[in-house]
Amino acid sequence: MIETHGLRKAFRSRAGRRTTTVDAVRGVDLAVAEGEIFGFLGPNGAGKTTTLRMLATLIQPDGGEAVLAGADLRRAPGEVRRRIGYVAQGGSTWDESTAREELVLQARMYGIGKADAQARTVRALDSFQLSEYADRKCRTYSGGQRRRVEIALGIIHEPRIVFLDEPTTGLDPQSRAYMWDEIRRLRAEGMTVFITTHYLEEADALCDRIAIIDHGEVVVEGTPADLKREVSGDVVLVGLDTPAAVESATRLLADEPYVRTVEAGEGTGLRLSVDEGATAIPRILRRVDAAGLDLRSIGLHRPSLDDVFLTKTGRSLRES
Amino acid sequence: MKLARDTWLIFQRQILLLLRNPVWVFVGVFQPVMYLLLFAPLLKAALNAPSQAAAYKIFVPGLLVLLAIFGGLFQGFGLIAELRAGVIERSRVTPISRFALLLGRSLRDVVSLIVQAVIITLLALAFDLRVLLGDLLLAYLMLALIALMTSAVSYGVALKVKSEDALAPLMNTIAQPLLLLSGILLPLALAPGWLQAVARWNPFSWAVDGTRALFAGNLGDDKVWQGLGIIAVLAVAAVVWAARQFARSVR
Repeated sequence: MIETHGLRKAFRSRAGRRTTTVDAVRGVDLAVAEGEIFGFLGPNGAGKTTTLRMLATLIQPDGGEAVLAGADLRRAPGEVRRRIGYVAQGGSTWDESTAREELVLQARMYGIGKADAQARTVRALDSFQLSEYADRKCRTYSGGQRRRVEIALGIIHEPRIVFLDEPTTGLDPQSRAYMWDEIRRLRAEGMTVFITTHYLEEADALCDRIAIIDHGEVVVEGTPADLKREVSGDVVLVGLDTPAAVESATRLLADEPYVRTVEAGEGTGLRLSVDEGATAIPRILRRVDAAGLDLRSIGLHRPSLDDVFLTKTGRSLRES
Repeated sequence: MKLARDTWLIFQRQILLLLRNPVWVFVGVFQPVMYLLLFAPLLKAALNAPSQAAAYKIFVPGLLVLLAIFGGLFQGFGLIAELRAGVIERSRVTPISRFALLLGRSLRDVVSLIVQAVIITLLALAFDLRVLLGDLLLAYLMLALIALMTSAVSYGVALKVKSEDALAPLMNTIAQPLLLLSGILLPLALAPGWLQAVARWNPFSWAVDGTRALFAGNLGDDKVWQGLGIIAVLAVAAVVWAARQFARSVR
């Protein structure tokens, strides 16, 4: 649905007489399949928004190719515009207009006739639960309501692809959960959703596949589960009662085929790196039990996307 | 066809928002009304005019041109607010014509200027100004072209500088010499030769001369067609340039 090759963009900025060039995006290759929620994860300034703005025809790439829903970004930007929707990060509603006016105008800007635009607006207001406020000025809306209007604006023409730039930034937890449901609903309706986020939980919970971007380059791409597994596998924490038990358990478990490594954990505990925690735990239980050792506790630690980011970039996403 | 439809779409929206808050039309007309009431009475003596009505025939056209120039040049502020709200970017991801994004807004400015011009003309009629309807309509055409040009320039510059802090001094710097070199407040016939020579390069001076000729009832005067021609060409150039700023990337 979206394919890019070597997408590049540099910005020139002037400070006094000196002109500096900042490579915001340095060769991004992406392949997004139809009907998936694709997440672009990275710290602020990584190049997420710049990439999105290039794909939405708002800025011209310096180099590279992209095809969106079958339309070539360079050769047919007008066709791309018809096939995609874009919801910017910083908002897009006018304080003095009402949601209904904004939606009708947006549909009409896509060339849709008046009656059809009004019918679509009624449907959109309904499905985003905005009917109640439809004729109030946007200035009176809460952050969550406003965000819903903006997403409705982005999809009023039923695009094949919709780009959402940090759709939940600044929302309270309840609005965020609601927005996740809305985004899943878009996917259920057959849209391909491309979101950017710097929230790990969001990328993890919402996205079918993600690409991690840092300093203008994609460092890794895959499903959240694959990426996490690739980095470290799951970690099982085993608690025992005595140092002697730890010693024999270490020998015992190191021989098990599904255990990759065994390290000493906190106190009288062990840290086992395994391929898949959920299936390893019962086997570990049985093995330890069969050896007559007293198992005090057992726990599973799954690597987070932050672990992935840390491994790939050497920094924690939370710090950057 | 698409251009006309798209322009109408943007124009409608802008007019709706203007009507929702029409106070700005009257704020805009306040200053020229003050000139009309408090400055124009000095002119009969200053210009050595035979009557107050004759003085108005000279002053009112200048005042209207002044209104058109300033009214247009400061429209960019509204656009910067729209830019900040993300409305422009939201428009730019749609296939709507870039010309329409500009023209719809500039035409709103033209309409609001004409409303203001009518208010001032009506007031001046109360002070015994007399002008033929046909001449007046041509004068309004001149004003409309001026407003189209200056508002387009203002929008284009606003898209380039993207900040009110930069736009205000810039527009003032442009407007001041244009105003003084156009013979708006007093005819340039009173000016020394070098000043007249410089003013010949100011298109608004031609516009003022043309508008004055129309108010004087000299429809056949060359100044009418010269003024209209110069302003029309510049208006087209300004619109093309500003529409290109809309097509270009913003931010």
